[in-house]
Amino acid sequence: MESLKKILGIVWIILALLAAYFCIAKFGLPKILSGHQEDVVFGIIILFILTPIISCGLAFFGFYALTGEYHKEKM
Amino acid sequence: MQEQVSKKGIWKVIGASSLGTLIEWYDFFIFGSLSIVISTKFFPSDNPTAAFLSTLATFAAGFVVRPFGALFFGRLGDLIGRKYTFMVTLLLMGGATFLIGCIPSYESIGYFAPAIVLILRLLQGLALGGEYGGAATYVAEHAPQGERGYWTSWIQTTATFGLFISLVVILVTRFFLSEAQFDLWGWRVPFLLSILMVYVSYLIRKNMDESPEFTKAKKEGKTSKNPLQESFGNKYNLKFVLLALFGAAMGQGVVWYTGQFYSMSFMKTVMNLDSDQADMILGIALLFATPFFVVFGKLSDRVGRKWVMLTGMLLAVLTYRPIYEAMYQVTNLSNKQEVSSSAADVSQRVETAEGYDEVSHIEKTYSDGTSLKTTTTAHYLIDGSPKNNSEGKNTLVKNTVHISGGNYVYLIFLIFIQVIYITLVYGPIAAFLVEIFPVKIRYTSMSLPYHIGNGIFGGLLPAVSTYLASNAKMAQDPSFYLEGLWYPIIISAVCFIIGALYINKNMVAKDLN
Repeated sequence: MESLKKILGIVWIILALLAAYFCIAKFGLPKILSGHQEDVVFGIIILFILTPIISCGLAFFGFYALTGEYHKEKM
Repeated sequence: MQEQVSKKGIWKVIGASSLGTLIEWYDFFIFGSLSIVISTKFFPSDNPTAAFLSTLATFAAGFVVRPFGALFFGRLGDLIGRKYTFMVTLLLMGGATFLIGCIPSYESIGYFAPAIVLILRLLQGLALGGEYGGAATYVAEHAPQGERGYWTSWIQTTATFGLFISLVVILVTRFFLSEAQFDLWGWRVPFLLSILMVYVSYLIRKNMDESPEFTKAKKEGKTSKNPLQESFGNKYNLKFVLLALFGAAMGQGVVWYTGQFYSMSFMKTVMNLDSDQADMILGIALLFATPFFVVFGKLSDRVGRKWVMLTGMLLAVLTYRPIYEAMYQVTNLSNKQEVSSSAADVSQRVETAEGYDEVSHIEKTYSDGTSLKTTTTAHYLIDGSPKNNSEGKNTLVKNTVHISGGNYVYLIFLIFIQVIYITLVYGPIAAFLVEIFPVKIRYTSMSLPYHIGNGIFGGLLPAVSTYLASNAKMAQDPSFYLEGLWYPIIISAVCFIIGALYINKNMVAKDLN
């Protein structure tokens, strides 16, 4: 189980990168470039607030998992 | 220390905390529930600046400001105490809500109106960010050992009950006033009422004592000097903050939003159900399911928080699509037998400021008691020429479905199941969050993952789900109406896996035990 937790750390880091890609390329930038004022606000919020929180948070979580910080003995 | 709090004392604590939190949720939801009226009074859609402020008010308060409120008031709560901090959040929320009810409309004071509403809405978001963590911490720190799940679950009922009360107050106000009166001044009543509720709650909370655990920590000089640094700058604590977010709060946020808000939007926009009927169905389901917060909170004291919360997420992952398919079929008219003689056509002309509208209604009934009302509105200018919208059309067609009998009960049941999932994930989560963080940084540490999970992951649900559903519709997917559910399903599934693997049963902060 402890090894699985570590290995899955890589999955969480990949997921963080995927989340960043989707937030930036699929939601954030298209909204900002759409020209609609409502979409621009939403795009800015996604790009500069939500993306860092979601993808950086998940990447940190993955890194901690990979380095064994969630090992039973360390909890 | 904890054992000294009597049963009577803890009920007083629960009452004072829950009432205040209930009012805060009521205040927060009332803005959303009255958003259509508010937009006509303060944010006219033909004015781009006002529309811009409207968007900011919607997104900023829901997404951005709540986590900042959690940080600001969480820090304050860990420095000066829980009681004074959540008194401030209560007064801030109540004051802001009351003032929204007092602002003159855009027609009277121009841009000041939307600007003031935006500022007050941001204050509401800040206050909500600070309130929940304070109330949950305050109650948990009074609760006897081994009963935190039960006692904090009362706080958990307030979010759902706050939504219910906001719907009831609006329905009652509408009932006693004519449509014109409600539109002119009646919409202000739910906002103004808030000040009375806040005053009562303030009087009750004022006489409460500080939490015993915080008082003890303060007496022993064990409170934090810098809660933000110790919460998020300390690797040991940060990993618990991340685990709380990705292993619990994230899934809770999407399950909560799906059951309470996506379901309502689905009934109104996809199923075309009559708006009042949809509100009533949701209200009844909420009322019947709310006691289960306490049931599952208590269960979590016996079997641990982890699997109660994760069961809710797993059930959501496995059953959301069948549930929404069943909901869709309730109003799917292609499967119903039309009673051919029941069609009726009524047309009328309505004068408007720019000309006139020709409104016609066609009503059809079906053998199971379902009725469909199709309202076609054609807009014309004074000279009789068509008044086209941005898509070049002058005609608007609106279908409204009304259900009855077995269909009505069945739909309540389908919503009830979703609210039960909410009670599974949300009932024990306050106790879970409180227990994994030490007293000295508890308020700060628990508030942030909660508000990111609920506000950001949950708050994103309408936008992401709409995006997924409209993409599927463009691709002519016959079940496009279910595609929006992939967002809560995937988030819940990831959260379930993280929670199942990384959360230890009965995980508690080290300095507590």
